[in-house]
Amino acid sequence: MSVRVGVVIFPGTNCELDVQHALEQFGGHTEVLWHGEDTIRGVDAVVVPGGFAHGDYLRTGAIARFSPVMHAVGEFARSGGPVVGICNGFQVLCEAHLLPGALQKNAGLKFLCETAELRVETTTTALTNLAQVGDVLRIPINHFEGNYVCDERTLTELHAENRVVVRYTDNPNGSLDDIAGICNAEGNVVGLMPHPERASDDLLGSSDGVVLLKSLLAAATSRATLLV
Amino acid sequence: MRTPGRRAAVGSIVTMPVFNAHVEVTHLPGIADPAGATVERALPALGYTNVAQVHIGKTIRLAVDAPDAESARAQVNEMCERLLANPVIEAYEVVIS
Repeated sequence: MSVRVGVVIFPGTNCELDVQHALEQFGGHTEVLWHGEDTIRGVDAVVVPGGFAHGDYLRTGAIARFSPVMHAVGEFARSGGPVVGICNGFQVLCEAHLLPGALQKNAGLKFLCETAELRVETTTTALTNLAQVGDVLRIPINHFEGNYVCDERTLTELHAENRVVVRYTDNPNGSLDDIAGICNAEGNVVGLMPHPERASDDLLGSSDGVVLLKSLLAAATSRATLLV
Repeated sequence: MRTPGRRAAVGSIVTMPVFNAHVEVTHLPGIADPAGATVERALPALGYTNVAQVHIGKTIRLAVDAPDAESARAQVNEMCERLLANPVIEAYEVVIS
């Protein structure tokens, strides 16, 4: 039986179909989790995909965190369930305090839509468990607010606990410490600006995201096995 | 202006004065402000070459039912911490009238 991955949709989310397609390509069963429902229906993993949740009103991700579904996502995350936020999803997870810090506007003041090179820094996470430390992955970015920032204490903590998941090899947006993605202390909640689902097939120009997508499915499988 | 006896919000059972809160949200020092930077670069085109430190933030106005100005201020400060501003990247200032 294939694992079930829930893909959260807010008004303004626009990457859910790409994420669903990419995960199903590798045997995952995906289902949409509507923001207005207060349940994640027992899925084995959750993806908060990219887009412009609630029109990015007030701040990116600021309103999305009040959606009923986010309460259930938070509970799932705190119980150890794999949760991955991609791009706007990363911003939502930060605003929901499931990850520390915030994403500010790109240092170059430009919207960036290009392929970035990422170095895998830790493999004890829901998104990188099948990768190797030092792997360099070519994965597209597509954002205006991708410039990660946090206070000094948080950065020290991220370093001490090995929670920088991926770094840019050539920082495109001014992100603090070249951070492209981070995780929580347990490694089950991961947020990153680049879009692994857009690097899921050679036809798309890169299939380097496959190892990340398969890692997520592996984390979902462990979760499903754990609960049986 | 304090307007004693007027009800602002639906559901308040005890009639309380209404306070107007003016919240200004600005970027913390060092946080990117592309809108401000763009305007700063545009002003010299109109001959204003003596302008620097252009900053574009947000203004949020609220009417709050509260027993007194201090509790209104305390509540709006809390709203800022929890929603209106993100303390990681933004500062805020509350003026109650």
